Amino acid sequence: MVRLMKGNEAVVAGALYAGCDAFFGYPITPASEIAHAAAEWLPAVGRVFIQAECETASINMVYGAGAAGKLAMTATSGPGMSLMQEGLSYMAGTGIPGVVVNIQRAGPALGNVYTEQADYNQAVKGGGHGSYHAMVLAPASVQELCDGTMRAFALAFQYRTPVIVLSDAAQGQMTESMRLPVVEHDRPAGVAAWAVQGTAASRGNLHTSIFLDVDVLEGINRDLQRKYAAMQVEAAAEEYRIDDAEVVFLAYGTSSRIARTAVDQLRATGVRAGLFRPLTLFPFPREALCRLADRKLVVVEMSCGQFREDVIGQFAAGIRKVPEVQLVHRMGGVLVSVDAVAEAARKLV
Amino acid sequence: MSTKRTVGMFESFDRSGRATRSSHYCAGCGHGILHKLITEALVELGLQDRTVVVSPIGCAVFGYYYWDVGNIGAAHGRAPAVATAVSRTIPQAVVVAYQGDGDLAAIGFNCAVQAANRGERMVTFMVNNCTYGMTGGQMSPTSLLGQRTLTSPQGREAATEGHPLRVAELFNQLQAPVYIARCSVADTKRIFQTKQIVRKALELQRDGKGYAYVEVLSPCPTAMGLDALASARFTAEQMEQVFPLGVIRDHSTQAVPLPPPAPACSVPDFFARYRDRDFPAPVEDATYTERRMIVAGSGGQGILVLGLCLIEAGALAQRFVTWYPTYGPEQRGGFASCALVIGGRTIGSPHVEHPDILVCLTRPMLERFLPLVKPGGVVFCDTMILGPDAPSRPDVRIVAVPATELAAANGSSRAANTVMLTALLHTRVTGLPEEAILHARDATLRKKPSLIALNRHVFDAGLAWCRQNLP
Repeated sequence: MVRLMKGNEAVVAGALYAGCDAFFGYPITPASEIAHAAAEWLPAVGRVFIQAECETASINMVYGAGAAGKLAMTATSGPGMSLMQEGLSYMAGTGIPGVVVNIQRAGPALGNVYTEQADYNQAVKGGGHGSYHAMVLAPASVQELCDGTMRAFALAFQYRTPVIVLSDAAQGQMTESMRLPVVEHDRPAGVAAWAVQGTAASRGNLHTSIFLDVDVLEGINRDLQRKYAAMQVEAAAEEYRIDDAEVVFLAYGTSSRIARTAVDQLRATGVRAGLFRPLTLFPFPREALCRLADRKLVVVEMSCGQFREDVIGQFAAGIRKVPEVQLVHRMGGVLVSVDAVAEAARKLV
Repeated sequence: MSTKRTVGMFESFDRSGRATRSSHYCAGCGHGILHKLITEALVELGLQDRTVVVSPIGCAVFGYYYWDVGNIGAAHGRAPAVATAVSRTIPQAVVVAYQGDGDLAAIGFNCAVQAANRGERMVTFMVNNCTYGMTGGQMSPTSLLGQRTLTSPQGREAATEGHPLRVAELFNQLQAPVYIARCSVADTKRIFQTKQIVRKALELQRDGKGYAYVEVLSPCPTAMGLDALASARFTAEQMEQVFPLGVIRDHSTQAVPLPPPAPACSVPDFFARYRDRDFPAPVEDATYTERRMIVAGSGGQGILVLGLCLIEAGALAQRFVTWYPTYGPEQRGGFASCALVIGGRTIGSPHVEHPDILVCLTRPMLERFLPLVKPGGVVFCDTMILGPDAPSRPDVRIVAVPATELAAANGSSRAANTVMLTALLHTRVTGLPEEAILHARDATLRKKPSLIALNRHVFDAGLAWCRQNLP
């Protein structure tokens, strides 16, 4: 079934086909339509929707349902995401699966409700206290919001980790045609072994994150880091017209779509441009990125250069050599213009 | 010889990392007594397997050393949110949120009062010892006036630190809770009363009857700086003056369990029946030149609907489409605009910086967007917003349509957007087939079917005008 759907609604469609049991959310522009759809759709298929009292409660409800082995999610934007950082640390530290969709808006502070990508570090580098990461997916279209949310649940349960779908206001608010999934996913396997479900079989299961023994806690930290290393197999990127590209744009999410239009415009005028677009931001598709070290590189993003900084770090970690990486960026809710992106490439060739 | 075995607890507290029978609680602390009362009642009621205890931050963070039931540790103050989620997603579970006065009445008060107000199917035990025990004895919301703590070294002052917070009495202002009681573990007589109250609250959970709040006054000799007996005396004598014991509310006979949920349909069935329509999948078509458009005006003019109508027509014609509206405060401020892209392949930027086609129904929007139109582009505007002082550009084609006037003359000035649609159709600027546009014209009114006939009437009038007046 192909439908015209708003990005924010596509999130809920993807969640339902993933088998999402519960949505907990609090209103915030530009993410509110996710809660609107969840409030209507989840009860219709026998699932749970609760409007929480605040984002802190939302994420802790996700934690609670996840601890019970249920597929739970929330969705929010900047300020709400900040309030959820403590809960995300608890989920990561305790090994509780769950999905958080961030329809990024412009910050810092109250900022405004237009598109920015400035929650990059918060999402990708941990965000809360302690040495942890959430897995981070980077959709760029309504279709990918649906598919990404669906996949986020599978990954969350496979790795027992919080997964962030790092979207933005443009994707959340836009409507595009989208193919609905065909069948609802099977429930994740192996949950009975750890979930606390109010049954005789699960009576011995326990979720706690306090470990006063420093050696025990160091071991848990080492296990977490091993888990993150194992996640590297999930790293993925999309490459567009990259084979003979002299200039390659590096961009994720909505920025990558602007860069894609710039690639086409540049190609039409004889400039060999291409696009490298991470589909996962943690784990980062480092190997694929490092193969581009000999190209002219331009990062396109809607933040102060947070993504570029990560790109540089990935080159340093991957090949111990950092190529020149230009930056085209806007902030405050201003979209990067195709003209500015194309102009940056023209200057390099 | 036999000693009474405590039921519902582990024989040996191995989860502490040591094979031990001694608890981590200080001598004279009330937590252990309450732990026993809860587990005894759970076992007596046959609820041990069904129970999920949500532990707090505070000394009882280690409750899982002792309780032989499913256990989830919560962040500080968040036990009610965690418990809510467990209760809602596991209907057969008996859910216990175990909290202290700092955890519940300070950092987590909102979560606690909201869960109580929603009438969640759970019991909250709040151990009230007037202090933050685990962090060494700071002032808590329930600390008594004059009580010396690490953060009220001169004694709690009402003028600057407020009065002790009486949670049970506050919760008694709410409609939803079924059972509210305050009891104490300061001495044997009180412990027996508490046993009855604990049992009652758990019976309500067994029967799925709703929210219960049980506050338990409890000595904390360490933080109070007293020995076990003196702290028990303080609990019974000083604390009870502020926090009187008793069953404050008992609606257990009137309360009824939630009915089982209505049978639900499957997800694919739900979407198959949902109000949205199906479209054919878009196909790549290199012969179709991508159109980037902006439709702009003010709220109530059907700006966003016109945009949606165009992408519906595009989707019906198997084009790739994207529609990106104004939203948030701008929309509430009265401005309405949307950017749409219709193409023959995957669409890059959804943002239209330089439209090929601009449709404008107000002067401010014309002033804002006209300078952005691509040279050679087409601008459709309502005749009434043009005039001698209207902005203009020699390098774009301006098509004036008396949209509002025609719409008003044919039944509704709010249908000016439909007249604009006829101009787009007549001039063929979108490259979309007529049947797709006609289909979409009706489809975007599917939530207001009573307007379809009127809308068609305006459409016909608009098209007739276009045929007569536009090339």
